[in-house]
Amino acid sequence: MNKPIIRVFVVLLVLFGLLAYFTTRWTVIDRAELQDNPQNKRELLAQQRIARGSIEAANGTVLARSIRRSGGTYARRYPQNGLFAQTVGYSFLNPGTAGLERFYNGQLTGRTAGLEGTLRKLQGKRQQGNDLETALDPQAQQIAIDQLAGRAGAVVALDPSSGRVKVLASVPSYDPNVLRSAKQTARLNSAPGAPLLNRTTAGLYPPGSTFKVVTAVAAIDSGLYEPTSLVNGDNGVEISGVPLNNDGRQSFGEVDLTTALTQSVNTVWAQVGERVGKRRMSRYMQQFGFGSPVPVDLPADERLASGLYCSPDGNRRLVSPTNSCVDIGRASIGQDKLLATPLQMAMVASAVANRGILMRPAIATRTIDPEGRTAYEKTPQRFSRVMSAASAEKLTAMMQRVVQEGTGTAAALAGIDVAGKTGTAERDVINNIAQPWFIAFAPASDPQIAIAVTIEKTVGGFGGTDAAPIAKAVMESLLR
Amino acid sequence: MNARNRELLGLLPASLLIVAGFGAVFLQEQTQLDNLSLTYGAIFLGLCFAAHLIIRVRLPDADPYLLPIIAVLTSIGLVVIYRLNETLARDQAQWFVAGLIAFAATIILLRDYRVLERYRYLIAAASIALLLLPRIPGIGQQANGAYLGISLGPLSFQPAEFAKIGIIIFLASYLRDTRALLVSRKRFGITLPPLKHIGPLLLVWGLAMLMLVFIRDLGSSLMFFGGFLAMLYVATDRLIFPVVGFGLFGIGAWFFATTVGHVGDRVSAWQHPFDPKLYEQIGGSYQIAQSLFAQADGGLWGEGFGQALISVGDSPILPAAQTDLIYAVIVNELGLIGGIALLLVYVLLIERGFRVAVLARDSFSKLLATGLTTVVALQVFVIVGGVTKVIPLTGVTLPFVSYGGSSIVANFVIVALLLLISDRARREARR
Repeated sequence: MNKPIIRVFVVLLVLFGLLAYFTTRWTVIDRAELQDNPQNKRELLAQQRIARGSIEAANGTVLARSIRRSGGTYARRYPQNGLFAQTVGYSFLNPGTAGLERFYNGQLTGRTAGLEGTLRKLQGKRQQGNDLETALDPQAQQIAIDQLAGRAGAVVALDPSSGRVKVLASVPSYDPNVLRSAKQTARLNSAPGAPLLNRTTAGLYPPGSTFKVVTAVAAIDSGLYEPTSLVNGDNGVEISGVPLNNDGRQSFGEVDLTTALTQSVNTVWAQVGERVGKRRMSRYMQQFGFGSPVPVDLPADERLASGLYCSPDGNRRLVSPTNSCVDIGRASIGQDKLLATPLQMAMVASAVANRGILMRPAIATRTIDPEGRTAYEKTPQRFSRVMSAASAEKLTAMMQRVVQEGTGTAAALAGIDVAGKTGTAERDVINNIAQPWFIAFAPASDPQIAIAVTIEKTVGGFGGTDAAPIAKAVMESLLR
Repeated sequence: MNARNRELLGLLPASLLIVAGFGAVFLQEQTQLDNLSLTYGAIFLGLCFAAHLIIRVRLPDADPYLLPIIAVLTSIGLVVIYRLNETLARDQAQWFVAGLIAFAATIILLRDYRVLERYRYLIAAASIALLLLPRIPGIGQQANGAYLGISLGPLSFQPAEFAKIGIIIFLASYLRDTRALLVSRKRFGITLPPLKHIGPLLLVWGLAMLMLVFIRDLGSSLMFFGGFLAMLYVATDRLIFPVVGFGLFGIGAWFFATTVGHVGDRVSAWQHPFDPKLYEQIGGSYQIAQSLFAQADGGLWGEGFGQALISVGDSPILPAAQTDLIYAVIVNELGLIGGIALLLVYVLLIERGFRVAVLARDSFSKLLATGLTTVVALQVFVIVGGVTKVIPLTGVTLPFVSYGGSSIVANFVIVALLLLISDRARREARR
């Protein structure tokens, strides 16, 4: 009888081998697939048990915090409601995470790696999140939102010397606290005006004449032009074989570049752009950050790249300025296929303000662990050197003139020199609908703040009359 | 070194394991290491030592590894349950003591286990009665569609756990008598036993089918019937019996899977665990899907002891974590390595069980040891296989590890019987 006993044992061994194989399958072979299964909410559920760190503005105002619920779980609350909605984002079990909540999820949940994490576990400490400190300024943000007065648009303000972002206003906004309910989430997803969209980093608009600053930088820094160089500013100069109009079909005759910027003469800058050429324009645009998703500490799918968008096969896609579909003359005055995000245009002002060095924009400044120590510090980082300090000085002088006597006088601040550039992008010529822009920095002698303002649609509005006053109010608040 | 000293030495690793295990749980839950873990380890060692003394006095020649192996399994179970729920662990510790008492009683009262043969029909009748008890209105309990438990006042237990021992004793005795007759006749070139002798065997098959219908539990009936076929094969050495047996079982199982809703649900949940409809359905595939997700998070090394996500607030994520899904919890926390290690401990236990069967001199002892070992092995296969999606998930306990009084007590009795058989076998072998 011993032989069959051993055979039964062997059969059972085979069955146990099957158990070992299946365990291996779930833990190793199919692991990633199971963890990515949409029904697998283990990671999100686990995070409900962690006291996420709070998110704070520069002045300590709490923008997001966790409150304890029964049963040892936590829920997220946003005490400032819609003030920084798109930037702070949200963290809920159902819609998931977005904005800073998503980008800094690891820090906010305190997912400490390596030796320290192991030590904490050995000490039996519960996983606890780090607090996130940002450079955001709630007062200036509130002024920006008030000034937009319900019109869809965006305001971005940052410190040119560090890249720290102080204002990221996107209107219309929403109250992230309502996303706790699935019904409200669905309603917001299809709401008119797309309140969930962060217009500062993911709104793509024709930048209009504000882009002439980029063209001017390329012209002067490359040594091809001086601010005093004379160019024919008559109306109807042919650009790419088609006559180009100035605003009000005005002819300026021979003008220098400073005057051409002050009066925003289209024909001058289009000719300058053509002479600078696609290759040089392309290089300078790249140094400003065009051509790649706007570099800021937000999730990748909430940031878009500024640049030239052609649709050769019906699908709009980003192309290099050297592409044959680009009319570089018209692109140089912010028309044609050029689109930009408000943050990108603020970076243009910032690079001129910071003596030619563009700092990488950053919303967060540091994270603080539960013991009050700095867990992670976001030190200012240089993005690129766009132009020489001398070129930046020349540009500053030209942009100062815009505010002193040109199209941007509405942005002038009492006792403070402002350097800026207006823009008015045509959106619908027949109905006279335009998108006003204003980019600026101040004080011109020692820049503390760089700003970009845009309103999506105004009837008969101009950058100088509609966008510049908003910039003025926000800068006033920030420089106070 | 003699057998008993080896056994005593073997208990040390089990005690170290429980000290380390409780230490790890305390580290998780409190800020400091409490010397309570040493106390628990000492109590555990003391209880095992008592069991060891009983074996030393009454069964000096018994297999020296069985007790240490079940001590290791029990300590793993106690620590994991403690980590899940302190109150349950206290219950389980009491059941462990009750199991040891049953273990000691079996060894002391049943000096010669062969007297069991005398009462085989009584045992068989009692076992069948026990199996059907959960269907009696008033004391029967239904859980997830299966009738497995009964409650008598404050006590509730699962009679199937005890019935399995009785049925194996009956079958061992019955097959010992009829094994020669079962293979005596050949018709058309195949072994075809007379109907008179095959009748009781068909009865066992009928019983397994009855369990499917009445108790509605695929896992237990697979376990019973598999044990029966293993014994039948060992008794006759004819492959035709298990082949036909499994065929009949398969037909029966297929029939009930397509007609009895509860069994069918389990099968479709097994086939499509991520089907959204089955996933949402009550008693659907949620449990198996969560089991797989938990194992995936474990990976090769596990998330660490005490790290498993069992519930959020008051809502459980892993249903029945301390019973059905305890293997998933272990794999989540200790990883593939931990899971395989646990399976290897079971393989050691099974190997010792079959060694007892091989060493035994008489047919009854051989069949009894084979049956008991096979049933324990199949119980592990049914629950671990269910949790890892090898077979449909049904609620049986993981022997010695899962929470559950009846299971612990019954399995301790099984090991006591194996020790009784091995003592006699090794004594006779020595002579």
